Amino acid sequence: MSFRGTTAVRRRPRKIAAITAGLAAGALILTGCAESQRGDSEGSADGSVNSTFIFAASSDPKSLDPAFASDGESFRVSRQIFEGLVGVEPGTADPAPLLAESWESSEDGLSYTFQLKDGVKFHDGTDFNAEAVCFNFDRWYNFEGLQQSESVAYYYGSLFRGFADSKDTAVYESCEAASDTEVTVNLAKPFAGFIAALSLPAFAMQSPTALQEFNADEIGGSEEAPVLSEYAQGHPVGTGPFKFDSWEVGQQIEVSAFADYWGEQGQVQKVIFRVIDDPQARRQSLESGDIDGYDLVAPADTKALADAGFKIVNRDPFTILYLGINQKNEALADPKVRQALAHAIDKEALVRQTLPEGTEVASQFIPPIVNGYNEDVKTYDYDPERARQLLEEAGHGDGLTLQFNYPTGVSRPYMPTPEQVFTNLSAQLEEVGITIEAQPDKWSPDYLDRVQATENHDIHLLGWTGDYNDTDNFVGVFFGHEKPEFGFNNPELFRALEEARQESVLEEQTPLYEQINADIAEFVPAIPLAHPAPSLAFAPRVVSYPASPVNDEVYNMVELSE
Amino acid sequence: MTTTLPPASGSTAPSPDPETPGPAGTSLFRDAFHRLRRNPQAIAGAVIVTLFLLVALLAPVLAPYGGEELPGRTHITPTHIPGPGELPDFVLGLDRFGGDLLSKLIWGAQASLLIGVISTAFGLVGGMLLGILAGGFGGWVDNVIMRLVDILLSVPNLLLAVSIAAVLGQGPYAVMIAIGVAQVPIFARLLRASMLSQRSADYILAAQTLGLSRRTITMSHLLPNSVGPVIVQATLTLATAVIDAAALSFLGLGGGRPQTAEWGRMLTYAQNELGIAPQLAFFPGLCIAITALGFTLLGESLREALDPKSRQK
Amino acid sequence: MLRVIGKRIVLLIPTLLGLSVLLFLWVRSLPGGPATALLGDRATPEAVARINELYGFDRPLIEQYFIYMGKLLQGDFGTSLLTGRPVLEEFTTRFPATLELTAVALAFAIGLGIPLGYWAAKHYGRWPDHSSVVLSLVGITIPVFFLAFILKWLFAIKIPLLPTDGRQNPRINATHVTDFYVLDGILTREWDAAWDAFLHLVLPGIALGTIPLAIIVRITRASVLEVQNADYVRTAKAKGLLERTIRNRFILRNAMLPVTTTIGLQLGLLISGAVLTETVFAFSGIGRFLRDAIFNLDYPVLQGFIIFIAIIYSLINLLVDVTYSVIDPRVRVQ
Repeated sequence: MSFRGTTAVRRRPRKIAAITAGLAAGALILTGCAESQRGDSEGSADGSVNSTFIFAASSDPKSLDPAFASDGESFRVSRQIFEGLVGVEPGTADPAPLLAESWESSEDGLSYTFQLKDGVKFHDGTDFNAEAVCFNFDRWYNFEGLQQSESVAYYYGSLFRGFADSKDTAVYESCEAASDTEVTVNLAKPFAGFIAALSLPAFAMQSPTALQEFNADEIGGSEEAPVLSEYAQGHPVGTGPFKFDSWEVGQQIEVSAFADYWGEQGQVQKVIFRVIDDPQARRQSLESGDIDGYDLVAPADTKALADAGFKIVNRDPFTILYLGINQKNEALADPKVRQALAHAIDKEALVRQTLPEGTEVASQFIPPIVNGYNEDVKTYDYDPERARQLLEEAGHGDGLTLQFNYPTGVSRPYMPTPEQVFTNLSAQLEEVGITIEAQPDKWSPDYLDRVQATENHDIHLLGWTGDYNDTDNFVGVFFGHEKPEFGFNNPELFRALEEARQESVLEEQTPLYEQINADIAEFVPAIPLAHPAPSLAFAPRVVSYPASPVNDEVYNMVELSE
Repeated sequence: MTTTLPPASGSTAPSPDPETPGPAGTSLFRDAFHRLRRNPQAIAGAVIVTLFLLVALLAPVLAPYGGEELPGRTHITPTHIPGPGELPDFVLGLDRFGGDLLSKLIWGAQASLLIGVISTAFGLVGGMLLGILAGGFGGWVDNVIMRLVDILLSVPNLLLAVSIAAVLGQGPYAVMIAIGVAQVPIFARLLRASMLSQRSADYILAAQTLGLSRRTITMSHLLPNSVGPVIVQATLTLATAVIDAAALSFLGLGGGRPQTAEWGRMLTYAQNELGIAPQLAFFPGLCIAITALGFTLLGESLREALDPKSRQK
Repeated sequence: MLRVIGKRIVLLIPTLLGLSVLLFLWVRSLPGGPATALLGDRATPEAVARINELYGFDRPLIEQYFIYMGKLLQGDFGTSLLTGRPVLEEFTTRFPATLELTAVALAFAIGLGIPLGYWAAKHYGRWPDHSSVVLSLVGITIPVFFLAFILKWLFAIKIPLLPTDGRQNPRINATHVTDFYVLDGILTREWDAAWDAFLHLVLPGIALGTIPLAIIVRITRASVLEVQNADYVRTAKAKGLLERTIRNRFILRNAMLPVTTTIGLQLGLLISGAVLTETVFAFSGIGRFLRDAIFNLDYPVLQGFIIFIAIIYSLINLLVDVTYSVIDPRVRVQ
């Protein structure tokens, strides 16, 4: 496979001429942008604009060192400070050139050569070059002990599958700097998703000088409660448009425009991430003008906010919400019962009554923009009569009792209001004669353990937000092997998934995944419900916001009008 | 959290002619009842409590729908919840899940009654046991128990209840028991203090001179005469239990389904809809406040009626 | 005097020791024990074994307790499971916020409660009396967070006058020296920051102060009633002293005794109230953090915070007693 990119366009605020193209590409430009768009958006803020952009974060970041983070709030901050070799095509989930202007892979898919952007500097003045790239790759590879644990270097561990002390499984092998601007990364095993994976903030380029000076690798504590390094607490240094200023724990994080940024700086001179963990408080802060925007707007609030003149932006859904089924329960091992469940659920009603605007009804486990989406999978229409009949045929005419697990105290991009989804679904299922035993669990720390690590459950709510455009990142995660979550054992499907994952040519991979999606729809190992669209809300002065399905939103692209 | 009311001596409208004692030879309790009947505060409290009890017990008859039913599910959208008067079948409108608000308020009374009774019973029984042990035995038993009570009282009540609930896990009665157990130190201290004040009374001395056993003295003389403040506290605890249960529910404790008809739960979910449906917070909050007020009024007047000291003013 | 204080502090020790034992046992009685509390409900046996070894949970209980106490005495209260930061640090960074809020709530309760109680007592049996008694009862029985909701709804949604969340508008570029935001604003002469921080305290302060207010009204009223008929007041009246002198020197001074005690007793209530108030108003103090700890069963935080709160509570009670003896010379003599 070979991919040759032109110049990176990603971080550049587009000019008028580019706007229509941007819209077509799916970049979200807010309504009303045209009239207030200035012809000249080069350079910095115009004097009349308040160039401080305040965004509400739902929590503190777990770490300012993205290599040791896996949570959305850490990445939201990292994306301002750091850049990776590979970025994301605006408005999509597809990889695009960023710090690497282009790349080529060898025939066997085992080595990738990147041409780096020239003249880029880290915020501390260190040059970004091939050596810095190798420094970062080698740093990840050489993580040891606590650093390797899932709660620390989660993404490296799960995608590169091994470290220097576990060479057998490791995907990464070595890194060679051919010149300042050319670097080759050698892999030990083919990894079709390599380039796409590099768009994750966890693999962003960090300044080798700062990493060493502030002891980035010195983390303490335990796996359950790691203690951050000095670097991760207050000295992150990247190449991004914003440099780190301060972090007041529990209060806010400030970053400000990096004067020597290689790209275009845009209007925003200062970004404040204000930690507001209460969803209602986020909304009220927006209404009172304390903040300029926030993420994951509660579905109930969208209309009221829009009516009051605030701007609601929906990301393209890159999510899946499903009803998990555990086949360890004998009744549920019967395909008829699973089909009955599928027919008993009115997905349209569920979406209309409980999920945000922009949500699409799901027929399979990947959102439509992901490679391998199959328009022709078998669907199960809402048909309570048929559901009752199937239950009777399966010998449950006199009723069936199912434990239904759902999480509490949480709002996920794929499930803003779990309690509402639960009550809605349980009412629907009870209408066809299934008795539901409610089993709520706190999201943290219990829920995932309960439904994913034990077998003692029947049906449950869960979902997934994709990290980047990779089909395996959805279906492979769910159905790649037998898991206690589903108790679903289908070696044939497992093999097909493994084969598709190994296939490194996109054109050949797509039909494989299409077939897999069709097969999954036949088996009903779980019921895909919807692709909820997360919404953001902004103050009227925010003219445009670079909404991205994979949250690749960098604020030099934000445009403000006052 | 628990509001332990300080005695409000000289509270509203004391008996018009405080000098008139009750009928001669009547017991303390009949005497107290006599006074209660003439106290408007007591009557207001009694009326509220009676109404509450009626609604709670007659919920199956009064409520148009079941407590967990979602008859209005199809009328709900994420951005709209029909309010009072919007739909003919639902007088007060719907809640977030599609339940009938009126029905849920009625069933909620039943839930609150259950919470109040169970947690008060726990507090009462536990507190009485400890109090009797301490007050009856005195000496080192008393010392140890009272130290323990002091320690427990140095932890804010709500935190104590939360900690107990954490140990009990997510059972349906965990919260009620936790609230009850958190009341134990209060009851224990109250009963002990009351028993101590009686211990040097003449009739106890008399009983001792008669050679009655310690157990007999404690159980048949000391206890009955010390129990007045405990009854008062129990009435007040019924009020705080309703408030505390709501608070714990608000903090995310308490199992069951999201649509469970329980005022605290309803109030908790309502906070997300404050902007589009304030009535969802308003009605259950009002129910909690009125019920708590009823029990408090009753408890306060009981205290006044039973406490000869406050009567004199 | 100093000796009395010293003795009281010494007496504090057994209480705190007892509390530490209880808390220690509490963690061990959590469903599944401490390792599962750390790892979540359905941890693998290997992980549990590893944690047990790491934290010494497999040693005899007594030994474990001494290890735990040893750490406590060195100021090591463990690490929050939620944030990965030391519990002590979490407490000290958040405490100023709660103290500031509590101060406003108490100022509201005392500033309004004492005059109202006095006024009610002066008009004993007439409408000011009845209405203040009824209002104070309502104040006591209204759930704190319901009151907070009402305030929020009124002032955020109906008439947006006051800020309803947070401690300060982030647009104000305030310098924080002490973490008491109002004080910081005054110290650095950033008047707008101080004013803004104060405005953020108004609604939560009212919500938190209402129960203490109600109680203070009742107590003040009752004790003024008791005192105003006392012999010395009658004597003073007979001597023809000024009404104001009688009020300030005789009635209020003596009536303040029970009021002081009550205020001291309200502090536990204020902490419980702060958990709820700070939650509703997204005010990042210890109450709000406790709520998160409760929600996620972050037991090192619960454990540590309960000890801190108990210490503070006991110290304040001590302070109340000292104040008491300043107001009442009789106590001092004893």
